[in-house]
Amino acid sequence: MTRLLPPLLLSAVLLIGWEFACRLLHVPPWFLPPPSAVATALIERAPLLAASAGATFWMALQALALATLLGGGLALAVSLSRPAEQAVRPLAVALQVTPVVAIAPLVMIWAGLDHADRAVVALAATVAFFPLFSGVLTGLKSADPDLERLFDLYSASPVQRLVRLRLPAALPFVLEGLRVAAGLAVIGAVVAEFVSGSGSTQGLAWRLLEAGNRLRTADMLAALACLMVMGLLLNAVVGLLERAARRRLS
Amino acid sequence: MAEAEAGAAASLGGVVVRYPGRAPLGPIDLTIAPGEIVAVVGASGAGKSTVLRLMAGLESPSEGAVVTASGRIGFVFQSATLMPWADALANVALPLELAGMARSEARVRAAEALTAVGLGDRLEARPRQLSGGMAMRVALARALATEPDLLLLDEPFAALDSVTRRRLIEDLHRLWAARAPRPAIVFVTHDVEEAVYLADRALVFDATTGRVAAGLRSPGALPRPAGWRVDAGYRAAVETLAAALAKAMPPLLTEAGA
Repeated sequence: MTRLLPPLLLSAVLLIGWEFACRLLHVPPWFLPPPSAVATALIERAPLLAASAGATFWMALQALALATLLGGGLALAVSLSRPAEQAVRPLAVALQVTPVVAIAPLVMIWAGLDHADRAVVALAATVAFFPLFSGVLTGLKSADPDLERLFDLYSASPVQRLVRLRLPAALPFVLEGLRVAAGLAVIGAVVAEFVSGSGSTQGLAWRLLEAGNRLRTADMLAALACLMVMGLLLNAVVGLLERAARRRLS
Repeated sequence: MAEAEAGAAASLGGVVVRYPGRAPLGPIDLTIAPGEIVAVVGASGAGKSTVLRLMAGLESPSEGAVVTASGRIGFVFQSATLMPWADALANVALPLELAGMARSEARVRAAEALTAVGLGDRLEARPRQLSGGMAMRVALARALATEPDLLLLDEPFAALDSVTRRRLIEDLHRLWAARAPRPAIVFVTHDVEEAVYLADRALVFDATTGRVAAGLRSPGALPRPAGWRVDAGYRAAVETLAAALAKAMPPLLTEAGA
């Protein structure tokens, strides 16, 4: 609890300062509404925002699952052969350094223009792929070399080696990758929604665009607050998982 | 070229190991008799650890033959090398389970092995809950659990304080003497006193030639009687071995040390 107090206190101070600044300086609400107006927007639009947050969260979650499956699976396959790793790694890095905004229009075409949600999931998964691939691959190779030799000495089968040595050694790296990927999946989903520019996804990004086009700044900030909370929650959940795993494994 | 000898616990015949960009190691001829304890001393890079890895089959010679009596080999590394996510019992049961033994039987055997090294009350301890000496005992129990004919130890006690180290050497002698037939032990060390005290004989590896430069037999029988560390025969053997080791050091090291 004492760990939560300083950030909460700072947030409160910032919000109060913001409120007073807006009132004293007569800032027009279309430019910067005070926190009280944002809070009102949050309450008034709660059902719509909750539905949109749910949509974005669901897309990010699907993307995370997809990235875990593909990134983890590929890393596992590649870890068994050095040439395979050498072949795949540069491609994975190329995928990582390509801006998601730049490939979004392509993915839109491939996913089908009337399936914007699929394109959003695919794009978010693309962004979340690399930390998982890299985390699993690094983790699988992180076992103590002397322990690897011990498994050689006792003629362990590849499956025994994977299950008894490499997977447990990889787990902290996998969870760290998952934590980074979870944040990226949300970012990827929002960016992809922006680029898709269609209301068919009905996520938080769409709420942002919609409010922005109508100059309803308080609504924009309310949607932004929802996104922030979602990111924090996701981070906290994966962080808890990570700590639990570390306690079990070390 | 000498042949690898049959009937020995381990035997190297005309073994040469070549590394890219380094002077080759060997040729090495040596035989470890069943039940014998042999210490291997020499400067860093003289190939001591390589000889252990050759005997364990973890490395292949470029030339020559390595023969071991059976596949039952125990290995203890410089650090305890335990799986941090598993308790002491699971760590010791590992080689038995890898060999296909049923989990329940492996656990019983592992518990016996841990009890033999004095850790019968720490079966469920995780490696991080153990001191350095205790972790090394777990590693020793793991190496002994498979009842090896050949036990290979690569500077296992180097990182421990001298009291713990002496205690572990006594324990190693006790465990070795309690087994029938006794396993052969090959023990790599930097410490000449440890080598003379622990082993039937010591082999000195020459850093420059990469060959066995000298072999010295320790006086007296194993295990050592109490107070043997002040025995004149022991002191003399330590001095002889230290002189042989100094001669086998690379020239620069000798000058610096003189």
